[in-house]
Amino acid sequence: MERTEAELIAAVLKGDAASFEPLVQKYSPRVFATARRYARRESEVEDIAQEVWLKAFSKLASFRGEAPFEHWLMRMTVRTCYDFLRGHQRNRESAFSELSEPETDWLERFVADPGSAAEDADAAKLLIERVLEKLSAPARLVITLLEIEDRSVKEIAELTGWSVPLVKVRAFRARGEMRKILAKIAKDKYL
Amino acid sequence: MNHVELQKKLIAAARVHAPRDQVPYAFERRVTALLASRVAPDNMALWVHGLWRAAVSCVAITLLLGVWVVFNPATGPATADDLSQNFENTLLASVDQNDQAQ
Repeated sequence: MERTEAELIAAVLKGDAASFEPLVQKYSPRVFATARRYARRESEVEDIAQEVWLKAFSKLASFRGEAPFEHWLMRMTVRTCYDFLRGHQRNRESAFSELSEPETDWLERFVADPGSAAEDADAAKLLIERVLEKLSAPARLVITLLEIEDRSVKEIAELTGWSVPLVKVRAFRARGEMRKILAKIAKDKYL
Repeated sequence: MNHVELQKKLIAAARVHAPRDQVPYAFERRVTALLASRVAPDNMALWVHGLWRAAVSCVAITLLLGVWVVFNPATGPATADDLSQNFENTLLASVDQNDQAQ
């Protein structure tokens, strides 16, 4: 008979580390999908996921069971991703002149006719990844959670541990940062 | 270039291209193995191990001192007989003083 999450957690807390494996198996897809939003290289994604699970194991005693395990784990995942972003603030100062040909083509199509530049194009995906990489860690996190994942300010506050006013302030600043980056693209490419 | 429109377009692109949720093969086993290798040490076992080491050191010191005493017997006035005599004199000193007084 399959054991419930609560039973597995209780077994782990009693010292049975093997009972942790079904939890890792069940929730790793969500952890990996979240980590892939913030890290591009697979080795980095795997490092983040591994760190999340090691933290979850060592802090399992602090899980009270009032909220679902998944929520507790996702808070840990988002915070680990934020730590990763703060530690990997690379390429933020580089110019946009190094845009690939498909990205340049997509931008030119957008300039000519915004409606003709398809959102599902790979070039658009590369371009948004490039823009997100240029954002500061808090700006990237808040843009991802608020604009891309469409979460509420309250949800973001719970996930990040920030207060609701701080989320709002950071969201305001993040939008400003993004506008500046897009203006820089326009300046680098078309001036 | 309309920046607001471009921002909306790029955000929409990010929504369309949701990241994969694929997990590397046997990832959960790797995590469990890593956790098993990092299991917290047993404090009782550490304590017993320390006590055994201390006991071995004590036995070694005792044996060394024993050997040293056997091969280097004490010389001089403080022999075993003298010691017992001195001890008896000290204990009976008050009795002797009473006898002398009478």
